[in-house]
Amino acid sequence: MKRLLFCCAVLFFLVPPSFALELRFSAIPDQDMDRLEQRFNQVASYLSKALRMKVAYIPVKSYAASVSAFKNNQIQLAWFGGLSGVQARLAVQGSQAIAQGAEDQKFITYFIAHHSTGLRATKNFPTAIAGKTFTFGSKGSTSGRLMPEFYIRKYFHQTPRKVFQRVGFSGDHSKTIALVQAGVYQVGAVNYQVYEKERREGRLDSKKLILLWKTPFYPDYNWTIRGDVEQVYGPGFIQRVQKALIEMKDPKLLQSFPRSAFIQADNSLYAPILETGKAIGILR
Amino acid sequence: MIYASFLILFLAFLGWVFADLEVSTLEPWAELWRMLSGAVTPDFVSLADVGQSLFNTLAFALVGTFLGVLAGGALAFFFHWRLVRYACAYSRSIHELFWALLLLPVVGLNPLCGILAIAIPYAGIFAKVYAEILEEADPRPLQAIPSQADPFTRFIYGYLPGLWKELKHYTSYRFECALRSSAILGFIGLPTLGYHLETWFREGHYASAFALLYVYYALIFSLSIWARPKLVVWWVMLALWGISKEVSFSLENTVRFFTVDILPWPLRQGKGLEAFGDWVWDIVKNQAWEGALNTFILTQMALALSAGVALFLFPWASQALAGPRLKYGGRFLLVVMRSTPEYLLAYVAIQLLGPSMLPAILALSIHNGGVLSHLASLNADQVQLDLSAAKKSGNRYLYEILPSIYGQFMAFLLYRWEIIFRESAILGILGVYSLGFFIDSAIAEDHLDVAFFLIGISATLNLLIDQASRKIRRGLKGSTVFKARA
Repeated sequence: MKRLLFCCAVLFFLVPPSFALELRFSAIPDQDMDRLEQRFNQVASYLSKALRMKVAYIPVKSYAASVSAFKNNQIQLAWFGGLSGVQARLAVQGSQAIAQGAEDQKFITYFIAHHSTGLRATKNFPTAIAGKTFTFGSKGSTSGRLMPEFYIRKYFHQTPRKVFQRVGFSGDHSKTIALVQAGVYQVGAVNYQVYEKERREGRLDSKKLILLWKTPFYPDYNWTIRGDVEQVYGPGFIQRVQKALIEMKDPKLLQSFPRSAFIQADNSLYAPILETGKAIGILR
Repeated sequence: MIYASFLILFLAFLGWVFADLEVSTLEPWAELWRMLSGAVTPDFVSLADVGQSLFNTLAFALVGTFLGVLAGGALAFFFHWRLVRYACAYSRSIHELFWALLLLPVVGLNPLCGILAIAIPYAGIFAKVYAEILEEADPRPLQAIPSQADPFTRFIYGYLPGLWKELKHYTSYRFECALRSSAILGFIGLPTLGYHLETWFREGHYASAFALLYVYYALIFSLSIWARPKLVVWWVMLALWGISKEVSFSLENTVRFFTVDILPWPLRQGKGLEAFGDWVWDIVKNQAWEGALNTFILTQMALALSAGVALFLFPWASQALAGPRLKYGGRFLLVVMRSTPEYLLAYVAIQLLGPSMLPAILALSIHNGGVLSHLASLNADQVQLDLSAAKKSGNRYLYEILPSIYGQFMAFLLYRWEIIFRESAILGILGVYSLGFFIDSAIAEDHLDVAFFLIGISATLNLLIDQASRKIRRGLKGSTVFKARA
């Protein structure tokens, strides 16, 4: 028995990991899980066809896990948010943002509120939200954390914890909407695309949920690829992936993001995110 | 004993004054109703895709415990070295979830992360407990062995036969804990049962969630059937074979983690000690202080409430108080309570009650109350009742049983103190502002140095509580006779 055990232990350390040439990608978990898996498994099979190679989607539970997987080269490509993209590119030298949704040049965060607060939509920043309970999305989200926190600090000259009675992090945008609609939090900040999609699909109760304020535009989501992929998958690989993403025309596929099209992008487009991140201390 | 009891009550009262205990959901009953209807109509069909995560849950627990036993067993022989003792104390004062959060950036999302997150703290626990067992061993068989025999032979023939039963008992108990830890690791993204449980509870697919939960209970309750030592050897090999294909290890990432990632930011920038001092002060002032205070408040309230739950529940599982039939009902309830991980309970309670300390306290008290009641009911049934003993259950409880077991009960309770503190810290990941909240935030911001520092603070506080608990336990009359090794 002991010998068997020993052999096993040796085997365990000798079996090398599989090195099949496969592109692995992931995405920040910003919505309900089943919808994400459905969406990205379709994307995987699309990319697999377009690039004529094996492409696998690796699901993750948190924004941090997607950045960490990118850092460790367990995924080579990712659909990041603005902030997670900047984090990933800061951590991996030479990585590039290669595409974004057409909508991502001018992204918006919605501040939403439960009807019992009596708050009304405003043109300017709704300072009446002070003292309410407030939920962000994920701690690593651009539209659910970075931008709303930036505006809260800008208008109140205080940290959110001091402005609000209670501050929470829902984890994702679908959950933010659900929590504010149920009144668990009085006010929340949410990705406008997710909000609009849920509105179109009839999941929102307009009697309970009030759209308070829209932030000014900022750049958000992006496809980011590691710089060292060409050493593994051959020269010109980055361009091939970029082309495949931009040529994604199937409306069903695009609608699941939801984006009207993917367009070319580069790192410099996200400089405002970097600055904002530094301003509130998330990036350094 | 009286002083210790009052101290616990007083601290809990102080906590109650400061704690945030609000129920912020507007319709908790409606949600509870949906949850209960999911519990009675479990949807086993939706479990079609969870096979792999079931396998992973078992595999991480098996291999993690196995490596923990190997490393802990070896370290037990060197436990008289101070360095080994301190290293073990630190490794076990960090919760498995924190280990996983630390290991994720090093080894990434692969089985090694889950296995090590269990193996490292368990090695520390095994080393300590095995060393204690070894110390208390009967020295007589050893005298029959020639004194020039090597230490290995002396151990195998001199100690092992006499200690086998106790070692086996403790190791199998730990394996049950490892299954719980393994399942919970899924909540932060590892591919175990918790991965699906988190998704389904969060999105309100209660029928699926409960089906999976029942499968998990079935695993735990059938442990005595499938987890016998002879079978376990084969299970471990099967597990090793199953995960070996996916395990990968990158030296580059590991080196980067130790030389760059966890290096305090000012030092990484090449700045001096003064900047480092500012960095430390900034973390302590803005994060660690609040986190530690909230962790402490949570701990004290959960400790007192756990004691309350246990004192109320243990009679129902005791032969002397509940009688021969009723006790089975009580015991079943206690098994469910202590097999349900506190993290899962807290997660579900937060969905129901909204984010405050209340769900965390309830979760900790249900889980730990279950453990304590179980131990107390075992003790209660060892009390010798003579013929003149009170006949009414209430009198018997108050005048016969409770006075005889209370000292032991306090020893158990104080033993849970540091365990509850460790659990209170991790519940921060769910949104209570305990230490885990700030650690999770630092991970989300990719500030691994800050996370590492905060985990260090959490571990140190845990050790201090452990010390305090040991001091008080030693002061309790007669409690040294009892071993509170649970």
